[in-house]
Amino acid sequence: MPQFEAGTFDVIVIGAGHAGVEAAYASAKMGASTLVLTMNLDMIAFMPCNPSLGGPAKGIVVREIDALGGAMGKVIDKTHIQMRMLNTGKGPAVRALRAQADKVLYQQEMKRMLEDQENLSLHQGVVEELIVEDGEVKGVLTQIGAVYRAKTVIVTTGTFLRGEVIIGDLKYSSGPNNQMPSIGLADSLRGLGFDTVRFKTGTPPRVNSNTVDYSKTEIQPGDETPRAFSFETTEFITDQLPCWLTYTSPLTHQLINENLHLSPMYSGVIKGKGPSYCPSIEDKIVRFADKSRHQIFLEPEGRNTREMYVQGLSTSLPEHVQRKMIESVPGLEKAQMLRAGYAIEYDAIVPTQLWPTLETKKIKNLYTAGQLNGTSGYEEAAAQGIMAGINAASSVLGKEEVVLGRADAYIGVLIDDLVTKGTSEPYRLLTSRAEYRLLLRHDNADLRLTEVGHSLGMISDERYEKFVAKKEQIEQEIERLRKVSIKPEEAVQEIIEAAGGTALREPMKAADLLKRPEMKYEEICKVIPSALEISQDVAEQVEISIKYEGYIEKAMQQVNRMKKMENKKIPEGIDYHAISGLAKEARANLSDVRPLSIAQASRISGVNPADISILLVYIEQGKIAKISG
Amino acid sequence: MHFDTIAAISTPMGEGAIAIIRISGDEAVEIADRLFRSPSGKQLVDSASHTIHYGHLMDPVTDEVVEEIMVSLMKAPKTFTREDVIELNCHGGLVSVNRVLRLVLQYGARLAEPGEFTKRAFLNGRIDLSQSEAVMDLIRAKTDRAMNVALNQMDGKLSRLIGELRQALLETLAQVEVNIDYPEYDDVEEMTIPLMIEKGEWVRSEIIRLLSTSSQGRILREGLSTVIIGRPNVGKSSLLNSLVQENKAIVTDIAGTTRDIIEEYVNVKGVPLKLVDTAGIRETEDLVERIGVERSRQVLKEADLVILLLNGSEELSPEDERLLETIRPMDAIIVVNKTDLPQQIDIETVKQLANQKHVITASILQDEGVDELEETIANLFFGGGIEAEDPTYVSNERHIALLHQAKTSIEDAIQAAEARVPIDMIQIDITRTWELLGEIVGDTVQDSLINQLFSQFCLGK
Repeated sequence: MPQFEAGTFDVIVIGAGHAGVEAAYASAKMGASTLVLTMNLDMIAFMPCNPSLGGPAKGIVVREIDALGGAMGKVIDKTHIQMRMLNTGKGPAVRALRAQADKVLYQQEMKRMLEDQENLSLHQGVVEELIVEDGEVKGVLTQIGAVYRAKTVIVTTGTFLRGEVIIGDLKYSSGPNNQMPSIGLADSLRGLGFDTVRFKTGTPPRVNSNTVDYSKTEIQPGDETPRAFSFETTEFITDQLPCWLTYTSPLTHQLINENLHLSPMYSGVIKGKGPSYCPSIEDKIVRFADKSRHQIFLEPEGRNTREMYVQGLSTSLPEHVQRKMIESVPGLEKAQMLRAGYAIEYDAIVPTQLWPTLETKKIKNLYTAGQLNGTSGYEEAAAQGIMAGINAASSVLGKEEVVLGRADAYIGVLIDDLVTKGTSEPYRLLTSRAEYRLLLRHDNADLRLTEVGHSLGMISDERYEKFVAKKEQIEQEIERLRKVSIKPEEAVQEIIEAAGGTALREPMKAADLLKRPEMKYEEICKVIPSALEISQDVAEQVEISIKYEGYIEKAMQQVNRMKKMENKKIPEGIDYHAISGLAKEARANLSDVRPLSIAQASRISGVNPADISILLVYIEQGKIAKISG
Repeated sequence: MHFDTIAAISTPMGEGAIAIIRISGDEAVEIADRLFRSPSGKQLVDSASHTIHYGHLMDPVTDEVVEEIMVSLMKAPKTFTREDVIELNCHGGLVSVNRVLRLVLQYGARLAEPGEFTKRAFLNGRIDLSQSEAVMDLIRAKTDRAMNVALNQMDGKLSRLIGELRQALLETLAQVEVNIDYPEYDDVEEMTIPLMIEKGEWVRSEIIRLLSTSSQGRILREGLSTVIIGRPNVGKSSLLNSLVQENKAIVTDIAGTTRDIIEEYVNVKGVPLKLVDTAGIRETEDLVERIGVERSRQVLKEADLVILLLNGSEELSPEDERLLETIRPMDAIIVVNKTDLPQQIDIETVKQLANQKHVITASILQDEGVDELEETIANLFFGGGIEAEDPTYVSNERHIALLHQAKTSIEDAIQAAEARVPIDMIQIDITRTWELLGEIVGDTVQDSLINQLFSQFCLGK
């Protein structure tokens, strides 16, 4: 195949899934000339599995991406079919938005957004090889011999690397949803010396909604309150579509048990490690045999299709068994299956081979992001995408790298977990992975990250000014409530008692009154109205900041302790094998991960406190040697 | 983890009349201020560096004076560790020094590992390069050894019990987490506030029980603090001599909490007995007469065991009755002495007043009944009489400090639950309790929660 020069860019992004689009969008917005190469332009931001975004932890990630100036939140706000706020009965730290997406609209909107973006070129092409010289990436070579030169390359190939679809005993080479797999690039990466693991994931069958008997299901409508992910969204979709809830039946369980020997999971055809938080229905029934039924959610895939996603029935059993399984579910007796569920195995990069910027340690200026790095989920992919895009562009533009900490964002937790601990199964974000989740809330994502986004040029000055005004108003209002005293007057007592509280005996600071569990900011404002117009968002921040002050303070103390360790940097090129006293396992794992700070080192498995002490001593020794030498 | 505030007794144990507790770290001054009360009311944080302050160390809960102390205040960087350093100069014996240390640990410091002050001095650039290798060896050797010692010290029963508590907490946490991460998942019962309070209360009561056994651990380490009381000439001195002569003294003449009280250590059938006020007894003077009512009450209060001697050859005097009344809430043995003389005492009245305490008749002079007394002491100690409902005991100061912190933490959770704070806030303190208990057994891995989540519940979407 003759080669030809096809162009030079600052940043090339391989793949246009959820990681790829965020990476490209970020780098182009920052001003780096960016090229996106994808196998199929019609598959931009495709959702091969469930038609939804958000939920606990993940929903907060979408907000964080938006606060940084990313695309996901804006696009879903325009293309969802329903939105719900989850965990409203619990505390503010765990509330999260979830949207059901119109898959096709989502793709179209995202594609148009990329097409409209300055500095960004889209091109359909299959990358076969990375061009690497002296340990540094220089560009890519495509199937048809096109050579694209670039200062940085971001690989976001999802589950395409040596992908194999499995249904029953049928196994064939394929990307998700029968797209082309990526074989050449997989070989190229392995040829460069990257360690890979084999992971597995799966998706349930889809049915035609015209053939569902809804009378046997429960309706699951969206929230009536208009909701949005993006802090910039001002127009809300009011016309929502419901989802439906049904359950497996005893017959479903019997069918699965009888046909277990046909399941590639149990027959040994599948060797890849699947995610324990997203088990197949076979897995659920085997591992939790005492459960008499499991929930099945029916989720529309869009407004212009009758296709419905059967959530909870993820499976890789042969298609004839899948058909019977579907018929065994109440409401789906006559349902027509449009596509069968399948499992997919793929190569993932061992993520401890990455720096926290998502640049690979082996090849300079090469970044990887998304499911390729061993994660699962659109949001997790997008989060890595935006960070890889930011860091690749920063490197080209001579800006400082951006690494979010565990106390800054779920994005920080995700990336730190990946590059520090690695993962033995497809990694999903959970709120329980965040040690400071009280600080990483849905409602304060803008307060945490808008500053970062703006300094990178990804947040417009207009949006930033609004943000600064909001921040000031929050501070002023908190200050006011701390100062103003509420006297036990009759009108006041009435308001308090109406809220279910006990009357005041003596004057009390408004902030202290707000700390009572039954009191809300609204009620405080009835007593001492603000001179300013306070928006819902500001009111929420004021209430949370005051109500949970004690807990927030505790978390901040923890954070400050960790930050000290974070500030203890480990010099580059340290030879762990030369440090006497380190335990063998610690030596090996430290050499692998090459942590940048003592805090990161302490999170590596197999590194115990004694090793950390020794490491500290060793580093100090080096510093002293430098000073005296 | 590494630059938190640490504390330890930095003078050799059991020697000298003054003991120094050293605290080093960012919170050193703050912690000292929580416990220290100077006559002028001035806070240490407002005082100049490298100054010495007289005052009292208080127990903030009971507001009682624990020790009269001198505090040396040395602010960073011109200190041994180059951190803020506080030195509490106590003039007490082991018991009160330990009590001061325990308070310091309870109010925010962590017990220093062996060599840790030196290590910090090094890390903060205070010690030169030539010493660094030695420091590294020290850390490796001492941390490993300290860890082994700590683990060996912990009997299997304790670690099992801590394990059970942690498992209960972990299950609670997993259930809360499932409710949070899978809000629509209906197989798991919603973790309710009353359920959480119930679990929390159980954990709290178990921690308290463990802490109460900690005094038995202390007894094994420091000796069963024993006071012999009785009217003059009742035979206190004879009993003391008999106990000391028959049983080899372990240590003699340890300085006590005041200069007036001398302690002697003997081993009675495997029970380390710390006999308090031996000097006073030898001078055949009454403790109360000599050091005053208040002080003697204090000595009695701190005693683990009281031996009350009565004179069998005389009738029960009002003073005897007063003493019987005083010891009513204490672990005590009553010895009716002088059986070799004609008996005047009404033994039935004594037994009645003794309120089910052991009453032994003896003639110490003729060496009768002393053996029975020793048997009784041993039985009381090993057989469950003295805080020994459960032979599980906690003796390690680090463990005790962690248990105290765990207790505070679970109490915060219960309190929050009662105030109807959202469940994911309460969870913060439950997680903390779980981590603190984990530090006792050397296991705090965040991942175990996630594993629990997926093994306990059938999840997925």
